Amino acid sequence: MHRRASARTASILLGIAAASLCFGCSWVMADNPMSTVHPATPEGRVIQAIYAEITWIVLGIFVVVEGLLLYAILRFRRKPDDTGVPEQVHGNTVLEIGWTIVPVLIVMAISVPTLRGTCALQQPPAANALTVHVNGKQWWWEFEYPDYGIVTANELHLPAGRMANLELRSDNVIHSFWVPRLMGKRDLVPSRGQRLWFTPEEPGWYVGQCAELCGASHAYMGFRVKVDTPQEFAAWIESQKAPAKTGMSDPGFLAFMQAGCIACHSINFDGSPARQRVGPNLTHVGSRTTIAAARFENTPENLARWLRNPPLEKPGSLMPALNLKDEQVAMLVSYLQNLK
Amino acid sequence: MTHPVPASHDASLAHAQSFWRTWVFSTDHKTIAKQYMFTGLALALVGGFLAYVIRMQLASPGRPVPGYGAVGPGQYNAVVTLHGTIMIFWVAMPILLAGLGNFLIPLMIGARDMAFPRLNMLSYWIFFISTVILLVSFFVPGGAAAGGWTTYPPLSDRAINSGVDLGVTLWILAVALEFAAFLMGGINFIVTAINNRAPGMRLFDMPLMVWMEVAASIIFLFSVGPLIAGAVLLLLDRTANTGFYDPARGGDPLLFQHLFWFFGHPEVYVILLPGFGAVAEILPVFARKPVFGYRMIVYSTIVTGVLSFIVWAHHQFVAGIDPRLATPFSITTILISVPIGITLFAFIATLWRGSITLQTPMLFALGMIAVFLLGGVTGIHNGVPATDIYIHDTYFVVAHFHYALIPSVFFAFFAAFYYWFPKMFGRRTNEWLGQLHFWGTFVFMNVTFFSMFLLGLMGHHRRISNPHFFEALRTPEADRLQWIATIGALGLLAAQIALIANLILSLTRGVRAERNPWRANTLEWTVESPPPHGNFATLPLVRRGPYEYSAPGRSEDYLPQDAPA
Repeated sequence: MHRRASARTASILLGIAAASLCFGCSWVMADNPMSTVHPATPEGRVIQAIYAEITWIVLGIFVVVEGLLLYAILRFRRKPDDTGVPEQVHGNTVLEIGWTIVPVLIVMAISVPTLRGTCALQQPPAANALTVHVNGKQWWWEFEYPDYGIVTANELHLPAGRMANLELRSDNVIHSFWVPRLMGKRDLVPSRGQRLWFTPEEPGWYVGQCAELCGASHAYMGFRVKVDTPQEFAAWIESQKAPAKTGMSDPGFLAFMQAGCIACHSINFDGSPARQRVGPNLTHVGSRTTIAAARFENTPENLARWLRNPPLEKPGSLMPALNLKDEQVAMLVSYLQNLK
Repeated sequence: MTHPVPASHDASLAHAQSFWRTWVFSTDHKTIAKQYMFTGLALALVGGFLAYVIRMQLASPGRPVPGYGAVGPGQYNAVVTLHGTIMIFWVAMPILLAGLGNFLIPLMIGARDMAFPRLNMLSYWIFFISTVILLVSFFVPGGAAAGGWTTYPPLSDRAINSGVDLGVTLWILAVALEFAAFLMGGINFIVTAINNRAPGMRLFDMPLMVWMEVAASIIFLFSVGPLIAGAVLLLLDRTANTGFYDPARGGDPLLFQHLFWFFGHPEVYVILLPGFGAVAEILPVFARKPVFGYRMIVYSTIVTGVLSFIVWAHHQFVAGIDPRLATPFSITTILISVPIGITLFAFIATLWRGSITLQTPMLFALGMIAVFLLGGVTGIHNGVPATDIYIHDTYFVVAHFHYALIPSVFFAFFAAFYYWFPKMFGRRTNEWLGQLHFWGTFVFMNVTFFSMFLLGLMGHHRRISNPHFFEALRTPEADRLQWIATIGALGLLAAQIALIANLILSLTRGVRAERNPWRANTLEWTVESPPPHGNFATLPLVRRGPYEYSAPGRSEDYLPQDAPA
């Protein structure tokens, strides 16, 4: 009778724990833009499958062991009418060997998906993969398409259905490239080239971020990935390859030079003196949806705010406050917004 | 095996000593233990305050935190860095290793003091200096170190990378000094346990607490060298303009990650083992049964110690180590759960068919096991490279290591604190406040950190000052979880008021404790509470192992190690 009551209480308590675990997990599985349990690539689904498999094994172990603990506490409490002492037991060799072997077997069981996953994710990228150089900066992302001669920033366009092979590099501190719905993360380590590859499938927008502490504005080092249909991607490539719609005599470009922007930024057109790569390439900055590494939506108001005092919006920013006059800001905003 | 203590030594102990020699520059292991413990607990208040700042900032980014002010992104990084550094190096290590180890090892093995009492005193005062340096670093120009508690270069290498200059240098100095202090302590622990055991005490008669403290000291001893070397190289990079970690000058930042984690992962077990030791002492006393499988626990501890040296690279799965290297590290990481599991099973078997009473020390000891289980099993997710590359550096990992460390650092330490308090201070603690402290800590700890598993799976990555910057983290669901975690943290901190109240109340008006209030077997309970300088008037003669509870055919249900049969 008593044993049954203890078992019942233990299972009720455990039930509550397990239910809150499942509730939590299903909540997270909801359509969340950064949820791993909602992957949009074959590689992401490999991770998700392993994650699910391991979670079930682990949940089983947790429930069994926690259940035994709870049962023991409830069942073997001293009652007021207890007079005797427990039987003196120092150990049991068979039992001890048993609970050594069983965990070893479980470890072997877990090793199977582990090895499978490691192998699956280590298949080299396909030969026809699209190569993009990802350069981590403090605190923004430069994306370079060597096959097309395009350099852009903070917005990565990828064609659906074609493997993307990202070559990750940093010339400053360690960053980490992460788009949760597309793939696991990988560090950009200054001493070595690293790669990350995956095959986007569903066109649309994906949220990405830097996942390794990289300085004051680490929290403001976001980016977006736009997965295009092949047609959209081809059109985007053409638009980005085109020179900027500006020239040496453009009053906007003169303002750009006068304000000192030219010291760090590029704007590509024939004979352009703006060739620096310290900051993002601005040739088509007007076509991007965000500015300052996804810090702001790309609107005239936000751009003006950013130009007035970058370190205020992004502490530690390498772009200094240039003490621009209001008319300079207005001129630059309309000029940059029109660089589609 | 054991050395008789010369008579002259005994005589010197009996001399009345000045205030300074008794309370400040004492060589008595019990005083040094208390110094370590109270320094650690004071630093826990600092670390707890930083946790409060973090939680308030994440729940409502940008709003000034009451008692601290507005938290800018750079400052937030410093707060996170110092929270981790303090909790691991200035709380966990001093209270679990130096505090409990110093107090218990000589008493439990029947020795009059540590093997090297003056080295012991030196160890504490070097630790004290390191504490001062660390606290000063908050107030220097540029602020405290902000590169995370792992302090990876290049971020920590050049001031222009993190915006912090002197703070990082002081951080490295403080950590290096602190490790020197613990090295002295560790050597002392090992030598004392090997050389100074009371007559008749064989190695397998030592209480598990002593085994665990010694194992932790050995692990620390062998792992800390590379880290000190790594820290010195980093210091040289910063101050002498060398380039050990600078790729532009032939260095490699990954070198630091290897040196750091070669120490950093064994460190987890340096913290965990003393916690297990405390639980292993308390369970048999409150279940009135011997520890189940004493030798198996000792062997598991040794295996854990050995394995802990070959798991470190699981921290570098995302740094792109070769998969041929990642796989063995992954397997060893998962394999280490086997000896840990054996120990946990042995604990549960100790309870089985026992006669359990749930007083405060027992509640905390059981809480340690219950909470640690979740921290342990979620480690598997991190050990598997495929899933690690997703959850690495997210709040899933934050939740995991808090579930793995808090059981040892707080639950097991509190269990030990309530259990040995009568021996340390000669007074009993207040049971009602103790129970309140346990339930507050247990409930709010789970509220705080369980939410973090969910936030991590939602894509919340670590060390970001403003989650609202990310679309996925400014949803009502994410905000709700942030607030739940924050309210949990506030509750967790508030629950500690019960501890402080209990401490003050018990020290001033607690009931006087007799020698052996828990009717326990180990040698520390055979001397007065608190024990005098020199501990034992005559060295005890040890006749049996430490866990002879409920021996058949006796009127008492316990049988002290030195009692005549």
